[in-house]
Amino acid sequence: MDKIVIIGNGISGVTAARHIRKNSDQPILIISAETEHFFSRTALMYIYMGHMRFKDTKPYEDWFWEKNNIDLLFDFVQNIDVENKMLQMKSGAPVLYDKLILATGSKPNMFGWPGQELNGVQGLYSYQDLEKLEENTKITKEAVVVGGGLIGVELAEMLISRGINVTFLVREAQFWGNVLPEQEANLISDHLREHHVDLRLNEELDEIIDDGNGQVKQVKTKSGEYIDCQIVGLTVGVSPNIDFIRDSGVEVDRGVLVNEYLETNVQDIYAVGDCVQFKQAPAGRKAIEQVWYTGRIMGETVAQTILGKRTAYHPGPWFNSAKFFDIEYQTYGWVRPQFAANESDFFWKHPNGKMCIHVVWDNSTDEFIGINTFGIRLRHELFDQWLKNKASIQLVMSELKTANFDPEFYHHYEEDIVAKFNAHTGMSVAIKPKKWWQKLMTN
Amino acid sequence: MAEINLSISGRKAQSLNLVQKLGAIIGLVAIGIILITWGGLTFKNNVLWLSLLLSCIFIGAIVYTIGTYKGKTAGIKNDGVFHRSHTSRGVVGWAAGIVFTAFYIFLYWYPEYLGYASGVEGTNQGLVALFDPLSMFFKGKPASQWFVYGTLYTAIIISLGIKFIVKYRNNRYQVTRTIVVIVSQLFLAYLIPEILAGMNYNDAVDASGQYLGWYDTDIKNVWPLDYDFFYNWHMDAMQAPAYQPLGMTYLVWGIFLFAIGTPIITYYVGKRWYCSWVCGCGGLAETAGDSYRQLSSKKLSAWKFERWIINLVLVFVSIMTLATLYGYFMNTNSLFGLDIYAYFQKPYGFIIGAAFSGVIGVGFYPILGNRVWCRFGCPMAGYMGLIQRFKSRFRITTNGGQCISCGNCSTYCEQGIDVRAYAQKGQNIVRSSCVGCGVCSSVCPRGVLKLENGPEEGRFGNEGPIVLGNDGFKLDQ
Repeated sequence: MDKIVIIGNGISGVTAARHIRKNSDQPILIISAETEHFFSRTALMYIYMGHMRFKDTKPYEDWFWEKNNIDLLFDFVQNIDVENKMLQMKSGAPVLYDKLILATGSKPNMFGWPGQELNGVQGLYSYQDLEKLEENTKITKEAVVVGGGLIGVELAEMLISRGINVTFLVREAQFWGNVLPEQEANLISDHLREHHVDLRLNEELDEIIDDGNGQVKQVKTKSGEYIDCQIVGLTVGVSPNIDFIRDSGVEVDRGVLVNEYLETNVQDIYAVGDCVQFKQAPAGRKAIEQVWYTGRIMGETVAQTILGKRTAYHPGPWFNSAKFFDIEYQTYGWVRPQFAANESDFFWKHPNGKMCIHVVWDNSTDEFIGINTFGIRLRHELFDQWLKNKASIQLVMSELKTANFDPEFYHHYEEDIVAKFNAHTGMSVAIKPKKWWQKLMTN
Repeated sequence: MAEINLSISGRKAQSLNLVQKLGAIIGLVAIGIILITWGGLTFKNNVLWLSLLLSCIFIGAIVYTIGTYKGKTAGIKNDGVFHRSHTSRGVVGWAAGIVFTAFYIFLYWYPEYLGYASGVEGTNQGLVALFDPLSMFFKGKPASQWFVYGTLYTAIIISLGIKFIVKYRNNRYQVTRTIVVIVSQLFLAYLIPEILAGMNYNDAVDASGQYLGWYDTDIKNVWPLDYDFFYNWHMDAMQAPAYQPLGMTYLVWGIFLFAIGTPIITYYVGKRWYCSWVCGCGGLAETAGDSYRQLSSKKLSAWKFERWIINLVLVFVSIMTLATLYGYFMNTNSLFGLDIYAYFQKPYGFIIGAAFSGVIGVGFYPILGNRVWCRFGCPMAGYMGLIQRFKSRFRITTNGGQCISCGNCSTYCEQGIDVRAYAQKGQNIVRSSCVGCGVCSSVCPRGVLKLENGPEEGRFGNEGPIVLGNDGFKLDQ
């Protein structure tokens, strides 16, 4: 039986391993240099904030791997010998494989700022980054976080939970400006300030200044301001972690290049998750998409191919979620920061400033295109179906009550939302009473 | 910047702020009064000191709550839970566990050391005497250790229930549920029974000095949790002529609630209607025990143990009660030559009624989590659990593929359910042990979990291994 080796024990690699094991007995080995066992990277922040211990972030107990006959190796792969199907390891003996899955994830971007090598400067991606943060914040009173995205907000929330003052430098004119429309971005900006984040929009890092002992003392911004800090968090995105692959013969660009079957240019070598760059991006998607959910779907997909059922990657309608301090965010379909000519939108915001929804539809066909929701939970399955079936905006708005996923006894705003939607658009959508949601599912 | 950190470094174990310290000191005064009277000191003016004790419990909790949450936005408040000794099985946690456990041991088996009837001619001293004025007020007789326990229990559920409401004020399910918990404890479990006793409908003595017996007048304390419901003395008391028509009403109600009410309500909404909305044990667990919910074991081995032990307790209480009923109707003290009290009632009362539910169930809150009794021991939970698992409309729905496997849901499940194991596969959570507290749904950062009642069809959610978000293929098709 073919021996399958997976480099990387994150969500993509582990999902692949689990799905292969479900349907086959072939040997599986997962190699990681980060942690011995799979943990949920998305939960790193909760360890630092004291909501969980490291062991609570592990989705499977430690006996799981042996019981399921999945071998684990805690070592670092130095290079891939594709000719001999062999991995050179940092400490242990070389590892042979029949099929290889690259699931090596990402690493934080560093854009060559002066001083970025100083003590106290770090990104936030790996377990090692978390350990470094714990070390770095022992003596920290002030922090500067650079980069207006999700990891930046998480890092700000983490630091603030320890009473560290945070200045947040965001290059764009609005928070998460390459993803969120202005209204949503403003809502989150207000919320960040409510949590005492010193948010600086249109501000960039220029250089990081040494205290004379190799430790961060302050940063200088592009506008010439000096900000005292003992830690600088660089959260300006992540890039595929592929340095050790570059000279192996596996074709890479910014990431490991794959076709729609997640196959690389080398026979029997596949890639999944953050490290992947599609030669041709799936319809409507980016060539590199570093999201938990897509990593999981790629893991499921490649498992099918390895099991002999060659399966193309079709991620389905886009969805994502996040949490900004107290405000939850979900999105289904596409709500882009700038709307195209054929797109109309409607934005509703609660007077408390902590809830909003933003819907987008095609103004010639009335086809529903996407929804952003903050502070209100919505049902994934219904929106997934509506997006696949090209449902109309009228249908979506009329069924908002059924699509709500908030806990019982919550206040509901669907009547108000639809009334304002009708006033805004001149449509006359009649909101339907809440029914059991599965009655709206067609399959 | 409204809040400026003046310390020289980031603080890991957040120190208490001034208001929190004040609240803690007031709370310590209450604990001090309990400890010194427990230690044997009898106050001359019990009215004054009891008023001080109860005031300190309420005011201390409220001041501490203000100090903890004032100026904080509404949202999840779990920062530092695993950094604090008290809530992460540190020294403070262990110390609290030892004190709680000791209190229960004295309460059940050595009430004289709490001062119960330990004075001249059976008068109360110490801690029990402290509660005499309140007991006299309700029913014209001195306190028992159970009156002390009931009063403190209610005061703690109210005061820490208020703290819980403020902590979870972003979540209307939690707020609504906790108001019901407080009202149930205060009225159904405490005031109504004490007032009925005061009106001589219970626990009374007739004109000739003959004691007429006692029965449970908490309308929600139902068999099998109320395991002595069918005991001879309890049955006799409910039928005592002086207590009518109330006594018979309780007898009929008790049987109705167990046999008809419970299965029907549990079918429609799950066992949560009882366990996390009205039950007294659940009420204490949800309020006083909220700080310890993360300590329950999520191991598969714990679940395996749970399934054996809770169902065995249900079998045990059923056999014990059948023996009791046999004895009652056959007018005999023995079954198969075995004394019903010595071989059935006494072991159950000692092992399950006292040691398990009290000493381990509450005493070990800071070590094993706040629902040890409810999860492993409670026969009522076991009974409703079977209904919830096999014939109910209740489930926790997983929202498609939105789970990120972070583990907050599992960590904060007081019943030790590995919620994440289901959620990350897109499966719904249908488990006999779920008490429906709703905290998994509250702490989920991605809006993945919802407690809801719906048709039994499709109740388990996604049964395939593929979670939502890939329309490229389906397995086994």
